Amino acid sequence: MTQTDRPNPDELLADLHREEQRQGRGTLKVFLGMCAGVGKTYAMLEAAQKARREGRDVVIGYVETHGRRETDALTEGIEAIPRTPVVYHGVTLTEMNLDAVLARRAPLTVVDELAHTNAPGSRHPKRYQDVMELLDAGIDVYTTLNVQHIESRADTVREITGATVRETVPDTILAEAEIELVDLSPEDLRQRLAEGKVYVPERAEAAARNFLSEGNLIALREMALRLAAERVGQDVRDFMQAGKIAGPWKTGHRLMVAVGATPHSEQMVRWTRRLADSLGCTWIAAHVATSRILSEDEQTRLTRNLSLARTLGAEVRGTTDEDIVRGFLRIARGQNVTQIVVGTPSVPGPWILSGAGRKLQRLIREAGSIDVHVVRAEGGPEAGLRRLWRLPAEAAWSQYFKALAVVGAVTMLNEALASFIGARTVALIFLMTVVGLAMNLNRGPVYMAATVSALAWDYLFLPPPYTFHIGSVEDAVMFAMYFIVAMAMGHLISRIRAKERMDRRREEGATAMYLLTLELGDASTWEEIGRAIASNVNRAFKANAALLLPDTGGNLRGELTEKELAAAVWAYEHAQPAGRFTDTLPMSEAMYLPLHTAGSALGVLRLRWQQSMPPTIEQRTMLDGFQRHISLVVDRQRLREAKAQSQLMAESERLSHTLLNAVSHELRTPIAAIKTAASGWQPGLDPAIQNALLAEIREATERLSRLVANLLDMARLESGYVKPRLDWCDVNDIVNAALKRVGGELAQRDVSVRVPAAFPLVRADSRLIEQALVDLLLNAAMHTPAGTPVEVNAVVEEQQIAIAVADRGPGLTAEAMPRIFDKFYRAPGAAAGGTGLGLSIVKGFVEANGGNVRVSNRPAGGASFTILLPKLEQPNT
Amino acid sequence: MSSVTARNPVVLVIDDEVQIRRLLRITLEANGYKVIETAGGKDGLVEAATRRPDIVILDLGLPDMEGVAVLKRLREWSRVPVVVLSVRDRDEDKIAALDAGADDYVAKPFSTPELLVRLRVALRHAQPAQEETVFQMGDLTVDLAGHQVAVKGCEVRLTATEYALLRLLVRHAGKVLTHRQILTEIWGPNAVEQTHYLRVYMARLREKIESVPSRPTLLLTEPGIGYRLVTQG
Repeated sequence: MTQTDRPNPDELLADLHREEQRQGRGTLKVFLGMCAGVGKTYAMLEAAQKARREGRDVVIGYVETHGRRETDALTEGIEAIPRTPVVYHGVTLTEMNLDAVLARRAPLTVVDELAHTNAPGSRHPKRYQDVMELLDAGIDVYTTLNVQHIESRADTVREITGATVRETVPDTILAEAEIELVDLSPEDLRQRLAEGKVYVPERAEAAARNFLSEGNLIALREMALRLAAERVGQDVRDFMQAGKIAGPWKTGHRLMVAVGATPHSEQMVRWTRRLADSLGCTWIAAHVATSRILSEDEQTRLTRNLSLARTLGAEVRGTTDEDIVRGFLRIARGQNVTQIVVGTPSVPGPWILSGAGRKLQRLIREAGSIDVHVVRAEGGPEAGLRRLWRLPAEAAWSQYFKALAVVGAVTMLNEALASFIGARTVALIFLMTVVGLAMNLNRGPVYMAATVSALAWDYLFLPPPYTFHIGSVEDAVMFAMYFIVAMAMGHLISRIRAKERMDRRREEGATAMYLLTLELGDASTWEEIGRAIASNVNRAFKANAALLLPDTGGNLRGELTEKELAAAVWAYEHAQPAGRFTDTLPMSEAMYLPLHTAGSALGVLRLRWQQSMPPTIEQRTMLDGFQRHISLVVDRQRLREAKAQSQLMAESERLSHTLLNAVSHELRTPIAAIKTAASGWQPGLDPAIQNALLAEIREATERLSRLVANLLDMARLESGYVKPRLDWCDVNDIVNAALKRVGGELAQRDVSVRVPAAFPLVRADSRLIEQALVDLLLNAAMHTPAGTPVEVNAVVEEQQIAIAVADRGPGLTAEAMPRIFDKFYRAPGAAAGGTGLGLSIVKGFVEANGGNVRVSNRPAGGASFTILLPKLEQPNT
Repeated sequence: MSSVTARNPVVLVIDDEVQIRRLLRITLEANGYKVIETAGGKDGLVEAATRRPDIVILDLGLPDMEGVAVLKRLREWSRVPVVVLSVRDRDEDKIAALDAGADDYVAKPFSTPELLVRLRVALRHAQPAQEETVFQMGDLTVDLAGHQVAVKGCEVRLTATEYALLRLLVRHAGKVLTHRQILTEIWGPNAVEQTHYLRVYMARLREKIESVPSRPTLLLTEPGIGYRLVTQG
């Protein structure tokens, strides 16, 4: 087997992909005719009736029977979805109710006239876009189409019939469709026309004379037949490939069409599409931007040409280069292009000497192994004239005036100086002026300044003055030299400037992207990401941007009007741009760009443009970069959140597990004690035993109520409910209240309290500090041997007030020290009982008061816990 | 068990918890009280109006209306002493109840002896005829008629504000006075936020009348709520 016999792996992959896409996607069946009146709708409805008889659920989304009786009869028995009225300029039009059809979800829907243009204000400008949405939703569609409405044939139709076709359908939609040709011989059709079966009589006559002349019909029929035949060829190829049948495989052609702002670019795009079709290969549309500023018309045309290429299935690539040929070849090499298509003007004449001609020759020379197709553009005389003599863009006029004014002023100055410095020096002053202008103005005005100043010099200063006649050979040489030098200088300087400008623009693009990357890299919360996006988009595009993200239910949220939200949701669900300057809901205020990574939709970027023009190709390229990068960042943030969430879950699971263990033990022990003591009590018992049992019950209830208090305190801290009521407090009061509450537990100990006289008031919530002290005292009681002393010392430190609870117990191990305030942490070897909550509550309460807790081992043994509160200026009394 | 007067005092218990009502009935009847119970606030108001109890024990979390609302309705026409008994132990709740006219506040879980003491104090206050002119407690003697204060028989000199403060506490001896109540009474309604006045004057007062000022036995702080002057009981 030779190399070329083997199926191309790329194509096989694409095939697999196509197969995958087909699953779950509806199929499209197109009833194709050469023109109106051949019976497409009839054939379609017949097929629909047949499907219905076979038991399929069929509905009519939209059918136009034009009142033909036989056709009307065929709609009987098929459920028709009511159309939706659209009011436009006071006229009510009816359109297919797309949402109703989608909601109905019939497996087969009939939609007439694929090329129809929807009334303004509908979701999509074109019906074929509605149909695409139906197909996406898994609905099979039967539709009708005339051959002249196919995008790539529109040109040919115009050439044949002279009529411009406005309603066109991109070829890509037909790529996946099954085509059924509805054929009728031209004689029969003309017969039907004459019988009034197609149009009402008066219109029929006009139609027959113009569009549907015998010659046209034959040509249109041939086109329809050829298209159907090509499709068969493609089907056969698909089949052979899917079945891995060896055959004469294509060797990976790839076409590139050079697209500019000229009208003939459009024809080149169509031409390339046809060539790509017949070669069965992919193609790209390339554009090279130079420093020349495009006029508004040119900009619009360029955008239109490129979007045409996109709808025809091309991949669009752009680059910036002052040298167009180099730019195109760079794209071509980068994309492994095998053939380049360029257009040449059709105007007869010495075009080969013009700039375009030279560029073409260079392109052919430098293309190397890449083949170049030079296609002659068919254009009206008007277009040709435009190309030879291009009017400068409006903005450039002022530059011409400026150049003239400066040259005029310098001429007058020279007039005054000429008698002192002589005619030749004057030339240098003129030259300097031209150089100066070249630094500030575009090429055209500079050339003009060079010419005008040369003429002025000749006329006013070169002897004999006030004639264009030049007296001596020397002066003639001077004049010629002057002219050449002035032009060359002007040319060189403006080229340098243009290059500079372009570099700057490229740099600006790179900088914008870099800044976005940088700022988004720093952003760690959604707010920061949103802010970074808004500021960067505003800087780069002068547009307001907002990030719209789905809520947990997967619905896009954002404070938008219903209509705007519809566009956003559409973009989100279809992963395609929608809204302003797009094909979907273009009447929206803002543009909605979907953010997605490998198959999953993440959100939508909303752009409110301030400019009224559609974004330029450069803006689109940069926007594309932004969109992709923002998608990545949104995805990263989402993953980060998901990770944090799962960590949080794991942590809270661990905590609740610990809590359950601790609490169940701590709750059950006192309950067990109460139950045992209460059930063991009986009237006849020894009074001493009776008292002992009662004491046990009392102690167990104390323990229970302490535990409940602890849990409640913890819950309050956890829920952020602890809001300290700050007030001036007497430390003595707090200490006494705490000691009173733990009197029972500390009964057997020597408790010393030292609060210096005239101790300052502290500003705190006395109950929280009291609770913290109680917990510290209980902690000391629990973890130190019975009978050891406990001290409470209040001290005024430099910046803070310290209340320390110190014991003479074993102190803390180095291991326990840093974790001692952790929730549920219990020091190793601690006495039974306790939940490990007490100290974390102490910390929580004290911190809520703006203070903190310090722990240390005492030099002479034992631990010391210190509550530190800020020392404030004392209030006046 | 000792201070029950000739006639057994009637206590109205308004609490929705059956077990608490049962326990209160057992302990109160054992201590010489007659007990009426209701589970709801509205019934409680009706009982208070028809049976004219000597004292009311009121829970705050009632099913039909808030305890504080019951208290306010009751205070519209009655001066019967009310002791609030509630699981709510937040200072805000206690202060709200005391400011609404409760005579005392006992938090659940409570100890029986403590409740009995509070009931006795509240009952004593409800007898205006017994207003004494001389208050004696521990080492402290206050002669309200003669404006004289003595500790261990030695006269103590108080400033006008200190004396006003002490006189207020003596007149409500045994009862908790909230910060707001004291501040309003002594410094006027504009001073209700100036709790530091209280801290400072209370500390000075303790310096003069307590034997160990840092561990007061007479002038007790009710943390977060107010102050109380101890009486026998």
